[in-house]
Amino acid sequence: MATQTDAGDQKLHAVPSAEDEAGQAYFDKIIAEDSRIEPADWMPEKYRKTLTRQMSQHAHSEIIGMQPEANWITRAPSLKRKAILMAKVQDEAGHGLYLYSATETLGTPRHVLNEQLMSGKAKYSSIFNYPANNWADMGAIGWLVDGAAIANQVPLCRASYGPYGRAMVRICKEESFHQRQGFEILLELANGTPAQKQMAQDAVNRFYAPALMMFGPTDTDSPNSQQSMAWNIKRFSNDELRSRFVGMIQEQVKVLGLTLPDDEIRYNEETGMWEHGELNWDEFYEVLAGRGPCNAQRMERRREAHENGAWVREAAAAYAAKKAQKAQVA
Amino acid sequence: MSGESATRITPGNALRPEDIAQQVTEGNKASEDVADYALRLGDDALILAQRLGWWISRAPELEEDVALGNIALDQIGHARSFLTYAGSAWGKSEDDLAYWRGESEFRSSYLVEQPNGDFGRTIARQLVIAAYQHELYSRLVDSQDETLAAIAAKAVKEVDYHRDHAEQWTVRLGDGTEESHRRIAAGFTSVWPYVQQLFEDDDLIDRLDGIAVRPSELRASFDAYIAAVFAEATLEVPDVQPAMTDKTRVKHSEHLGYLLAEMQVLAREHPGATW
Amino acid sequence: MAQPVKPAPEETSALSDKQPWPLWEVFVRSSRGLSHVHAGSLHAPDAEMAVRNARDLYTRRNEGVSLWVVPASAIVASDPDAKGEFFESPKGKDYRHATYYTKSEGVKHL
Repeated sequence: MATQTDAGDQKLHAVPSAEDEAGQAYFDKIIAEDSRIEPADWMPEKYRKTLTRQMSQHAHSEIIGMQPEANWITRAPSLKRKAILMAKVQDEAGHGLYLYSATETLGTPRHVLNEQLMSGKAKYSSIFNYPANNWADMGAIGWLVDGAAIANQVPLCRASYGPYGRAMVRICKEESFHQRQGFEILLELANGTPAQKQMAQDAVNRFYAPALMMFGPTDTDSPNSQQSMAWNIKRFSNDELRSRFVGMIQEQVKVLGLTLPDDEIRYNEETGMWEHGELNWDEFYEVLAGRGPCNAQRMERRREAHENGAWVREAAAAYAAKKAQKAQVA
Repeated sequence: MSGESATRITPGNALRPEDIAQQVTEGNKASEDVADYALRLGDDALILAQRLGWWISRAPELEEDVALGNIALDQIGHARSFLTYAGSAWGKSEDDLAYWRGESEFRSSYLVEQPNGDFGRTIARQLVIAAYQHELYSRLVDSQDETLAAIAAKAVKEVDYHRDHAEQWTVRLGDGTEESHRRIAAGFTSVWPYVQQLFEDDDLIDRLDGIAVRPSELRASFDAYIAAVFAEATLEVPDVQPAMTDKTRVKHSEHLGYLLAEMQVLAREHPGATW
Repeated sequence: MAQPVKPAPEETSALSDKQPWPLWEVFVRSSRGLSHVHAGSLHAPDAEMAVRNARDLYTRRNEGVSLWVVPASAIVASDPDAKGEFFESPKGKDYRHATYYTKSEGVKHL
């Protein structure tokens, strides 16, 4: 039986083998039928690589994304909020795990993916390199960041790679509470004391643009998007999703009684798209390149957790090995 | 809702803090003594949850982030129920009690106030507190106070899992590698001076006969349980003296002040605000 | 479902306790009367921890009343390369399905 690591070792040959040609034909047929590719199927090496990169980035984002919110667990201003926040950050660990296990089916084990994250070789969503400075950020992260993530993720439930789609279905179902709890934090603050309302507006001001950038570069600057759409991984372009999101939040912000820091938001009747002010893409690439306010801090904390846990993981493995040996002798 | 809540506070139902609050508004108020007792239970759960919450995003493996998160969530649930009920005696909410009391008004034990340390120390603290809470809640379900009994009925099932979690790790760390054995043993040594306080009776307990569980009566089964786990984990009960603590729980370790400063800072910056 | 992932050669020579925890597949029975259904996978050092991790990870929202964990390496899959051939036989044997029998349509209780 061809295991995933074997399949992962298949390099692109100069001359495709008969097996590869048959595999490609079968793969193309599945994609054309909008059916699903499953782990044991033959798949083009680039498809495997693209998915491994995208899915592991997604998993890393969940894991790193725990940090800005986890910072506020100990300071949450009510016990109910503390419980909700804990449950949410814990969900993110769960979502990271679902995504890592889906990625592993492509042949790269989790510890390798984790090494890629810690060495800086793998990326994660830039939004988590911004600091969570005040409590209202818990609201803005839930409403805008999780909102943008959900807008991105809902179409991924139909991604052509079976394990990815299934993981996304589970994640989307669980995340529905994340956005709502964030919105309600802001709603409570917006209707609270003047200081609370200001806190809420400040958070929205800081997270608005980075949240819009979560959809990725503009379509003209997103060369890989075309291929991902052809493979039915991606279903809508970055700009389409971003526009749809702007349309949603410009309406929702009215309920909050707050404003979005963008006076160029308008609906374009001709294109049917929501338009927004120019985003600072230079900043986006700077943060992506590791120069965001929190890149170093986030990475250090992840490495620290991993390194501090090494003796625990080793102990559990040693204990399991001992037990297995005893069972064999008995 | 009000019609339902009367039946909700019975052992066996998944009791929520909101249900207790509902009962309180309907006139189910704790006496001053019962409230003082509920504070002890609630504060232990709250301070422990506050400690455990720190681990989420820092655990040795992602699966453990989720596991410790679950335990912290259970504890905060228990804390909210106990504090809501305690507050009924003084017209205070769970948040009034959690965020607006000073150090000397807390009734937590030294044990839960101890810092997390490494994973070994956290697990050592977990095994002790979970074993104690398990003995306690499995008796509190028979309390003459129906609300305490109902909270305990929900809590005992959850604490059963916490105890199992700590036990699994104690055994693996104790009988794992040399390093893990050394670390978990050190963890138990560091928390052991604070075990005795959990099992001390005082006047309040005397006054609440039939309502409160007498802590001293839990010690024998606690010791038997610990001995069994330690035997499997190749650990010894630490040879350390109990620390001078306070059976009335008015006095605290130095650690509590820092913990409260962090926990209460935001709420106290905004008096009267809702969140 | 995750296929078994063989450790790379350099890892097998390393000390066993330096190896990453093995992969387990998790199956959840959502309520009595239903089968266990594959939910996903996780890593755990041994079976006891695997079933506990599965409880924490896959039943946080009351999703299950029973769990199975299976070492991913213990799962035997049908030959992925055979695909069509392996499942060809049942095709064309429509007479295994009730819908094949059209003449009795409309007859009650049949």
